[in-house]
Amino acid sequence: MKRLTPYLLALPSWMWLAIFLVVPMVAMASVSLQTGNAIDGFVMTFSFSNFGDALSRYSTQLLRSLLYGGLATLAMLLIGYPVAYWIAFKAGARKSMYLFLLLLPFFVSFVLRTISWSFLLADNGILFGTLKSWGVLPEGFHVLATTVAVVGGLTYNFLPFMILPIYVALERVDPRVVEAAQDLYASRTAAFRRVVLPLSLPGVFAGVLMTFVPATADPVNAQVLGGTENTMIGNIIQTAYLTNLDYPTASALSFTLMAVLLVGIFVYARALGTENVLEAAAR
Amino acid sequence: MTELNAIELEDVVKEYLSHGEVVQAVKGVTLEIAEGEFFSLLGPSGCGKTTTMRMIAGFEEPSRGVVRLHGKDVTDVPPNKRDVNMVFQSYALFPHMSVWDNVAFGLKQKKTPQDEIKRRVGEMLEIVDLVGREKRRPREMSGGQQQRVALARALVNRPRALLLDEPLGALDLKLRQAMQIELKRIQREVGITFVYVTHDQSEALTMSDRIAVMNDGLVEQLAAPREIYERPATAFVAGFIGTSNLLKGTANGGTLKIGGGRVLVPGHEGDVTVTVRPEKITIGTGEPEPGVSSVRGTVSEMVYLGTYNSYSVKLPDGAEITVFEQNAHDATATAERGDSVWLSWQAQHSYVIGS
Repeated sequence: MKRLTPYLLALPSWMWLAIFLVVPMVAMASVSLQTGNAIDGFVMTFSFSNFGDALSRYSTQLLRSLLYGGLATLAMLLIGYPVAYWIAFKAGARKSMYLFLLLLPFFVSFVLRTISWSFLLADNGILFGTLKSWGVLPEGFHVLATTVAVVGGLTYNFLPFMILPIYVALERVDPRVVEAAQDLYASRTAAFRRVVLPLSLPGVFAGVLMTFVPATADPVNAQVLGGTENTMIGNIIQTAYLTNLDYPTASALSFTLMAVLLVGIFVYARALGTENVLEAAAR
Repeated sequence: MTELNAIELEDVVKEYLSHGEVVQAVKGVTLEIAEGEFFSLLGPSGCGKTTTMRMIAGFEEPSRGVVRLHGKDVTDVPPNKRDVNMVFQSYALFPHMSVWDNVAFGLKQKKTPQDEIKRRVGEMLEIVDLVGREKRRPREMSGGQQQRVALARALVNRPRALLLDEPLGALDLKLRQAMQIELKRIQREVGITFVYVTHDQSEALTMSDRIAVMNDGLVEQLAAPREIYERPATAFVAGFIGTSNLLKGTANGGTLKIGGGRVLVPGHEGDVTVTVRPEKITIGTGEPEPGVSSVRGTVSEMVYLGTYNSYSVKLPDGAEITVFEQNAHDATATAERGDSVWLSWQAQHSYVIGS
């Protein structure tokens, strides 16, 4: 009995994983190989062609998603790292206040926040309308329904997920280690490059993981800010599921996206020299 | 012309702003540390010794005063441009680098040629006995080994002076004692000036050529270990270094009447404070011969400590005196708790600190 105790204690979490992860995955895998329609029902036919069809039809959107996700992640890294650095090393006693401010937008629904941006960025809205009436911007200027709007929206929405892990990594850098580098003739820049940056890489890794994956799969920003020209794979999957009730295509696309992201992550982990992806992400 | 001092501090003051109030961590320290000297800054925590060292390293800028390295004013020079290196408390090794890369860091920053780096790092690892561990990461090593990496990382640059901030604090007693001897050996071998910050008086006494005892932002006494121990300049020094007995009274004709006895203080008159080290006092049951200082008292505590017995003796006026008695002859103690005893010591072992 004693030897079983740890396993019994772990049982609830195993059951959680089984019910909410394994079952849906198996169901989705099964659906992705079925054929039929919502009225007559779907039958398992092991039609692997579902994958090929979906991919050839929506490869543009898939590639666009990867591009937008990548651009947004890059923008978040460029904005987020300095913010994390500043909070970790320069904010002093106000650290927790700044961290709270960072999380404050999350108290408002994700969709609402994105919709507010569509008001802000509207062609004749509060911002651009005013600037146009002052003659600062030309009449034809617009941001909404462009790549910039979608990538900007993704950047805005997922930025805290980039900042927080980097902050945690930087926070754990012993200031004395930085002093030691300066004591050993390193300038401020050299001390950052040789010591602070490498020590914060696990945080950067986790931040990229936590932003690139949801940003690439996100349907909301493209729908609200992107217009018809900027459809991402998330929108396609959403429409296939909820509007067209084409479950096999939606499932096949979901799996394809997952596979592409997983491959991307492992290639990225290799490139960064992280031996264990999961361990690095958990740090 | 005398040789240039390795380090000179001239009336250095460090002020902080804390909750809107100016706090002085260092209140005017003047020091000269000679080339090749093993110099200790000794004092309790908060006495300003670490701040003083950080001003020598360049991590803190003095509010007033001048810091000179080899006669050159470096008061405004940043740490990476100063020719001193530091061994940090808890070492501050670079956790993401191997032992080799840790030690080579300073030389690489100074753009030393590749083959020279190789040679010097190799030599240094030999001196600190870490050959064969070049590829280890700091976290894979014991405290003592990390300590030696930190030492090697600083010394490989052949600094003008090495600053050590409580470097043995994290080690256990046995290892600490071994490292004390090791540090002294390395210092002799490389001939570099060592400035050693510690709150451990026995450590400072064992290793130093000279000690500056600091208290509350000021140097209380600056002298060789023997001088500091035998002739403490202030009551603080007497109390902080080792165990010492303080006797207060009024001297009359060179004699202090205390506890049914007399303490000889030739040449002193009026109110005085006298210190006597516990190991200089002889404890006995018979009245001692004249010509020595002697007082009567009652043993209030006797502790057997192996190599010696420690007595607490209460004098009639309430003062408590500690006496160490070498356990040289047999296991029986001269006196037990409650015994009435005579304490005596040679006149030259009374040391008057201020009057």
